[in-house]
Amino acid sequence: MKAPNHIPLLPAEEYERRQRRETSSVPALWDLLDEVKDPEIPVISLWELGVLQDIAVEGDTVVVTITPTYSGCPAMTVMAEDVVTALAAAGYHSTEIVTRLAPAWSSLWMSPEAKEKLRHYGIAPPGCGSTSAPEPIACPHCGSDDVRKISEFGSTACKSLYQCGDCREPFDYFKPI
Amino acid sequence: MSAMTTQEATRQYAIRLGDDALILGHRLSEWCSNAPFLEEDLALTNVALDFIGRARMFYSYAAELSGDGRSEDSFAYQRDCREFTNLLMHELPRGDFAFTMARQYLIDEYSLAFMEQMLSSTDPTLAAIAAKAVKESRYHLRRSRDWVLRLGDGTEESHQRMQTAINELWGYNAELFEMDTLEADLAGQGIAVDTTALRQPWSAAVQATLAEATLAVPETDWSVRGGRQGLHTESLGHLLSELQFIQRAYPGLEW
Repeated sequence: MKAPNHIPLLPAEEYERRQRRETSSVPALWDLLDEVKDPEIPVISLWELGVLQDIAVEGDTVVVTITPTYSGCPAMTVMAEDVVTALAAAGYHSTEIVTRLAPAWSSLWMSPEAKEKLRHYGIAPPGCGSTSAPEPIACPHCGSDDVRKISEFGSTACKSLYQCGDCREPFDYFKPI
Repeated sequence: MSAMTTQEATRQYAIRLGDDALILGHRLSEWCSNAPFLEEDLALTNVALDFIGRARMFYSYAAELSGDGRSEDSFAYQRDCREFTNLLMHELPRGDFAFTMARQYLIDEYSLAFMEQMLSSTDPTLAAIAAKAVKESRYHLRRSRDWVLRLGDGTEESHQRMQTAINELWGYNAELFEMDTLEADLAGQGIAVDTTALRQPWSAAVQATLAEATLAVPETDWSVRGGRQGLHTESLGHLLSELQFIQRAYPGLEW
C-alpha cells in the first residue's frame, strides 16, 4: 500500500484512521474517548496509542472499533471496559466493541506528541523509521545514548528493559513493531 | 466419507493452530514465579501471553465458523485429550530452563517461517492473525536463539543441558513438517501453509544456530507423531487437568 503523497512518512492505514476522525459525524464521541487512557501507560489515550480505530452510531448503539496492540495484552480487556464505562457515564448505555485485527497494530501509528508524553513518563519511545531494523535508543531520563539492553521484555509485552550507562537508571523502551 | 466443506476444514485448521498456541502458552506460563531470575520470569510469562492471545484469535475464528454457539472458551476448556490436535512438541513438560528455551527456539524458528507464509493466505482472517503474530515471533526468536547460544556456548554444565535438551526434542521435529489430507487440501486452495516447504530453510537456520552454539546436530533415528490426529503423550492429560480444572469443577463459570 502506498502512503498518500502529502504525508510521506505516515503509514496509509494511519492516514485513513486520522481521516475517519476528521470526517466523523460524531466528533463529540471521539473527544469523549480522549479521556480513556492506556491502563498501563496512563499518560496516553487509546486514540494516541493507535488502538481506537473508529466510532459509529447505529440506532441507539455506539459501535467502537479497536485494534489490539499485542495478541495477549491483558490491558485490551481493561481498555474495552473503560470505553464502555466512559460512554455510559456520558449517557450512552448501549455500546458494542468490535475488535479489528487487520491491519495489524504498529508503533508507527503513534504521533510525535504521544511519543513525547512517553518520554516524559520515563519510557523511551519507539522511533518512526523501520520496525525491523535496530534504531538508536536514548535514555528518557538524561538523554544519553550509552544504553544497554537488560531484557527483551520489560514490565509489559510491548516494552523491553534497558539501563542507562550514564545516569545508571533502568528504563522501559517501547518496542517498535 | 463425503468431502468436507472448505468452511469446516478451515474451522478444524484454526483449531489445530489454536491448540498449538494454547498448549505452548500454558507450558510457558508454568514458569511464572519459577524462572531463574526476575527478567526471565517476565519474559517467559510475556511470551506465554502472546501465545495464549494467539490461541484466542484462532479459537474465536473457529467459533465464528462453527456458528453453533460455541465460543473460544468451549474449545479451550470443554474438550478432552483426544480432541486436542496440537503438535506433540508443544505439550512436552517444561523440563529445565535449557529444555524450555531449546523447545522455544525450535518452535520460534518454525513459527516465524509459518506466519510469514500465512500472511498470504487467501483466508483474510488467517492472514490478519498472521500479520499480528509475525511481529511477535520476530522478537520471540531473537530471545530464544540468544539463549541457545548463551547456554550452548556457555559453561560445561549449561552446554551439557542444552545439548541434552536438543537431543530429547529432536525426534519431535519431523511432525512439524508433515501434512495430512485436510492441510494439503487447504494448502492447495491457498488457505493453509505448506509446511513441507518450510523444512529445508528451517533445518538450515537451526543447524547454523547449533553450530554457532557449539552444539552437535543429533543423529536421531527415532521420531514421534500423532498430535494432529489427537494421539498424545501422557503429559497432555496432566496439563489439561490443571488448565481445565476450574471449568470442570464449575462448568460455565465466568469471572
